[in-house]
Amino acid sequence: MSEKHHIIPVWFFVGVLFVVYGFLIFVSGLAEWSHPPGTVEAELHAPVWWGALLLVLGTVYCTLFRPGKN
Amino acid sequence: MMPASALLATDRLVHLSGVDLVIVVFYFALVLSIGFYLKRFAKTGEDFFLAGREMTAWVAGLAFVSANLGSLELLGWAGNAYQYGIMASHWYWIGAIPAMVFLGIVMMPFYYISKTHSVPGYLQLRYGPEASALSAVTFAVMTILMSGVNMYAMAVVMEVVLGWNIHFSLITSSLTVGLYVAAGGLFSAIFNEVLQFFLIWFGALLIPILGLIETGGWSGMVARIHQNFPGQDFTHLWAPMHSFSSNPMGIHWTGIVFGLGAVQAMGYWTTDFLVVQRVLSAKDVRSAKMAPIIGSFFKMAVPLIVIVPGLLGRAVLPMHLVPASEAVAGQFKYDDVLPLMLARYCGPGLLGLGITALVAGFMAGMAGNVSAFATVWTYDLYRPFLRKDAPDQHYVSMGRWCTIIGLIVSIGTAYLVMRFASMMDYVQALFGFFIAPLFGTVLLGMLWKRVTRAAGFWGLLAGVVSSVSMFTLMKLDQRWVSVFALSPYAKGLAQAMYQALWSCVTCVVVTVIVTLVTKPRPDEELRGLVYSITDVPQEQHTSLLQRPAFWGAVALAIFVVLQIIFW
Repeated sequence: MSEKHHIIPVWFFVGVLFVVYGFLIFVSGLAEWSHPPGTVEAELHAPVWWGALLLVLGTVYCTLFRPGKN
Repeated sequence: MMPASALLATDRLVHLSGVDLVIVVFYFALVLSIGFYLKRFAKTGEDFFLAGREMTAWVAGLAFVSANLGSLELLGWAGNAYQYGIMASHWYWIGAIPAMVFLGIVMMPFYYISKTHSVPGYLQLRYGPEASALSAVTFAVMTILMSGVNMYAMAVVMEVVLGWNIHFSLITSSLTVGLYVAAGGLFSAIFNEVLQFFLIWFGALLIPILGLIETGGWSGMVARIHQNFPGQDFTHLWAPMHSFSSNPMGIHWTGIVFGLGAVQAMGYWTTDFLVVQRVLSAKDVRSAKMAPIIGSFFKMAVPLIVIVPGLLGRAVLPMHLVPASEAVAGQFKYDDVLPLMLARYCGPGLLGLGITALVAGFMAGMAGNVSAFATVWTYDLYRPFLRKDAPDQHYVSMGRWCTIIGLIVSIGTAYLVMRFASMMDYVQALFGFFIAPLFGTVLLGMLWKRVTRAAGFWGLLAGVVSSVSMFTLMKLDQRWVSVFALSPYAKGLAQAMYQALWSCVTCVVVTVIVTLVTKPRPDEELRGLVYSITDVPQEQHTSLLQRPAFWGAVALAIFVVLQIIFW
């Protein structure tokens, strides 16, 4: 992203955010698997697959845009 | 120190679990860390105020669209979607897409080539100090007032939704924003806006997904709305606008096309420095042209996470929401629809993500306001009128102090609004007074070299005065609504559209008349500022897929298809 400055790309920070949030949401989804919260469509276990999606995207961003890659 | 129990009230829309709180706290820690990391790069004026002019088209484009994707926008437009139906999408489609493409293709080259730091800076170069000072003063005052209003609105939402103490929300959020913007300047603001963009999408996208699963898809949702509200049309964009009385907004299609699409949206997206500043941070002219066009694709998709939840509220919520002015204890307002839908579908973890998206939206909005204020104050008021030849470092220090002072004034405004609630409506209306006439002034200046210095100033002033006059008359006497908004059925949004249209027309007419009786500037003084005498870089040697004009045409084509689908 930066030519004049060697700044860590913003995409790396997006990746960090996604990895942490993905992990937390995925784990909390697994923890409540047998007793889901009283929300509508809770039987779809959205936290598990949404958390997993965030975790995968975050890992990809962190890998592709890690500091010092270029 | 405030005891923890005092920070939480019992009456709230949602309850956060431990994992939700960890998610919220991690966001605060991350943005502060990024702010302090970026401080080392914000050394010169160009770094601090324009993020070094080295952002890629994607970063500038996402920050551009994100600067307008604040939480008040999300909550308010989801509420409008509940109230008016899919017609609210006009503010995301005809009220944004043509203007964004126009900014990228026609106007951005001039802003960029002239190397201006701001929109008032362009007016300084094109018209001289009078029009620039008028624009800069009004922008600075309005921006800081708006920041205070947003701050107060955020604290109220946090109190209603989460039960957080108003003073706690105000102090925590403004302290965080002050620290990271004063440290990294526009770098910090833009980085936070990109984070916010992703947070909002991933925090809100589950609502339409799970909502449409619950209703059995789009057709199932429409059927439920018809069943719940028989005889009312909430699912067509243009069909209900053949007359003023046939839609809940009280607007005719001419108001949407000319008032919103041709004037209000063009004014906002092409001359409001808050959004234009993000594009000025692009690393070259092509990136500056591409940034708003990239933003337009995402803007087109925003109704999925804002309008659809509002419509789903009509389909699935067991209670009927009411206007804020009519809500009594225990009743939910239109603007509560998004938090209600969030609580309906999102349990622990996902709820924290959604709430963090709202908090991030508020803080990014505040950061946008104070960073734009710091730039306009420093470069368009302080430097030309108070201290012309100071070293660059002096202006960077001034920018940092402005950020802090701007936030303190915003906090003061927030507490003032807390005491005088009606002030909020007026401050929000004030901002609209300047946008439409400013578009007329900037556009005429770019496209017609004959326009003179005096014409720029008097045209802008006449447009603003006419806008204020129309607003005041319509507030004082309902009969003026029929005159200016063309119908007694016109509601607030409809009135604002016609007010914008007539004030822009007034600005253009006065500008043309004054131009014809005053002496124009020589061509050589206007090179790089006016279309007919500027060499705008062309892209004949680049491939079709790299040309902003091609992607602009694609954005417009998709926009037309959406109008036909939801006609």
